[in-house]
Amino acid sequence: MKTKQSGVSVQTNARISERYAVAKKILYTFLLLLSSNVHAALNVFACEPEWAALTQQLAGDKANIYTATGALQDPHQVQARPSLIARARSAQLLVCTGAELEVGWMPVVLRESGNSKIQPGSNGHFEAAQYVVMLEVPTRLDRADGDVHAAGNPHIQTDARNFLPIAEALSKRLIQLDPANTVYYQQQLATFNQQWRAAITRWEKQATPLKGMPVIVQHRGFPYLNNWLGLKQVAELEPKPGMEPSASYLGSVLNGLQQNPARMVLRAAYQDGRPSEWIAERAHITTVIVPYSVGGTSQATDLFAMFDDTIQRLLAGLK
Amino acid sequence: MFGNIFWRVAVAALLSHSFNAFAANDAELQTIREQLQGLEQRIAQQSSTAPAANGGEGAFNPAISLILSGIYGSFRQAPTVPATGFAMNANNNGYTRGFSLKESELSIAANIDPQFRGVSTFSLDPAGGVSVENAFVQNSALGNGFNFKFGRFFSSLGYLNEQHAHAWDFVDQPLVYRVLWDNQIGDDGVQLKWLAPTDMFIEIGGEMGRGRGFPGTDRQNKNGAGAGVLFAHFGDDIGIEHSWRAGVSLHQTRRENALSTVGAVSNSFSGDSQTAGLDFVWKYARNGNNRERYLKLQGEYFQRKESGLLTYNLATTDSYAVTQSGWYLQSVYQFMSNWRTGLRYDRLDPGVAAVGVLNAGNVSSDYAFNPSRLSWMVDYSPSEFSRLRLQLVRDNSRQGLPDNQLFVQYIMSLGAHGAHQF
Repeated sequence: MKTKQSGVSVQTNARISERYAVAKKILYTFLLLLSSNVHAALNVFACEPEWAALTQQLAGDKANIYTATGALQDPHQVQARPSLIARARSAQLLVCTGAELEVGWMPVVLRESGNSKIQPGSNGHFEAAQYVVMLEVPTRLDRADGDVHAAGNPHIQTDARNFLPIAEALSKRLIQLDPANTVYYQQQLATFNQQWRAAITRWEKQATPLKGMPVIVQHRGFPYLNNWLGLKQVAELEPKPGMEPSASYLGSVLNGLQQNPARMVLRAAYQDGRPSEWIAERAHITTVIVPYSVGGTSQATDLFAMFDDTIQRLLAGLK
Repeated sequence: MFGNIFWRVAVAALLSHSFNAFAANDAELQTIREQLQGLEQRIAQQSSTAPAANGGEGAFNPAISLILSGIYGSFRQAPTVPATGFAMNANNNGYTRGFSLKESELSIAANIDPQFRGVSTFSLDPAGGVSVENAFVQNSALGNGFNFKFGRFFSSLGYLNEQHAHAWDFVDQPLVYRVLWDNQIGDDGVQLKWLAPTDMFIEIGGEMGRGRGFPGTDRQNKNGAGAGVLFAHFGDDIGIEHSWRAGVSLHQTRRENALSTVGAVSNSFSGDSQTAGLDFVWKYARNGNNRERYLKLQGEYFQRKESGLLTYNLATTDSYAVTQSGWYLQSVYQFMSNWRTGLRYDRLDPGVAAVGVLNAGNVSSDYAFNPSRLSWMVDYSPSEFSRLRLQLVRDNSRQGLPDNQLFVQYIMSLGAHGAHQF
């Protein structure tokens, strides 16, 4: 009888402690949820994958990053999709290239988002192109010249050196928006700067054989890469930036190659392969597809890998 | 820029000052050196700070754009004959035989201040005269997903209604827009909409206006609002290749002494008009890349109930009620860069009218005919600022008057060109 009783009471005790544990778990989960709401990660809307990757490097788990476009999408041809408007609505920081690259969709997204924190001029609006020296700033603005951007060529992400001033400015912006994590952001920036500087030295060393190498580009999208690695651009496959080449235009480029021969033809991963394949086949040169952004090739998984892969592919084109 | 010059002048002044101070001792020189260093640093800071944001609409202040458009039309049947069963509706098809200039659209838009942005679009009629198509002020600085608009603007109901003529995929609007909205409904009034803070796009909004455009009749000497609109839009992506938007809308207005002419007879209608609509659009592009190829499928359906009093020949008045509806389904496919083709099917239902006894012998109540139309187009856009289009139409919207129509159109855009809506 006694043993039975004690057995019952042991059971009850076990049940009670079990309930306690469940209640504790619920309470902790609730507190965790609450605290994660209090210290919610910064909502970042990155226009292009390279800025998402940079923000990731600088903000780690302090940011919740949404990438608006993919590396296989022509950044000039993005539409103001409802999903972009919805994501911009709750963003606290917008990280974009600027220099009119997003002019075809960003104004609508900003307007329709009803989000005053990310409008141009506010702390939540970050344009990377404002922190680098712009190349190919046009001396005249005329649509007869094709798709030319007033602020200069917006494809700034192909020169690794550009990421240093951008990272510094972006880190400052993160601190402004989330001062509680200042120390963390500063550490992340210091680590990034150190690793990135080392990587630049490595890339520049690897890329020495590329110096002065004559190349053709499909779109006028590589001035920063050329400027960095010393590639010599001898021709473009678009008659005017953004214009599709006709067969006769490609023919004239091919003829021009007899006087100014090129070693390879470059195109970004998102571009249609036909014009570069056409010229490569006839001029007996190689086509080099560069990732152009994070995710452009299967190897370009982050910013470091993107440049590793770019340089490997360029070197492979030499062979 | 100005700051830079200022500091340079300051440094020059300091330098000349130091040369004058010939007998300056080492301590003084040291101070001057330090001052110079400080100034140099400030110059460096000045030139390294971000330049003013270039581009976008701010590049032109205000952004001015002009749309030039013209068509060549060829068809057999007179365009003035309305779709069967829709004689009391709008019938503004916007084309004539032969060469004709379409309305030129002049737009001016700019931020007014940190709060407001103003947009105006003037339509220059080829026959002379200017009309104000849009003239509104928008406040996007409210935050929390709110957007407030006031002035004259195209209603956000449906999908196509807000799009300007230069962004249409065909030469003309679908029949249902032509007969139920006089192509596009724009009103003088206010709009408030709110975007939900969700990952999925959910937007709800309402409008109140004068009711000046068809199906409303301009209210004269009356306080209050003459028309109201409620709408909700939903949208999202499915993976990176698909995106969609769908919507529902409601519109209500009152018609007062709305005149219409059928043959030699003029009728007048006064009554309530209520319209409900559904719309959707779905877009697909491989890898989400719109550059080479993409596919777009869209459709809309509207149903309108009208009930009130009809005065036949401006003499006999009795009750009149009818439910009209219409829909279209269209698809546009960009099969290679710069080249697109599209197919559209239109259908209308004039409904069966409940006509009061006094007018039973005067007004037909059942046409037993559904107007329809099939349009095919191909267009070529050498750049995003120019477009040339060919459109072939099999029109069966008027009973006994089937027609084959051909159109050639150009649309050119000069100056600032704003971003397009989805």
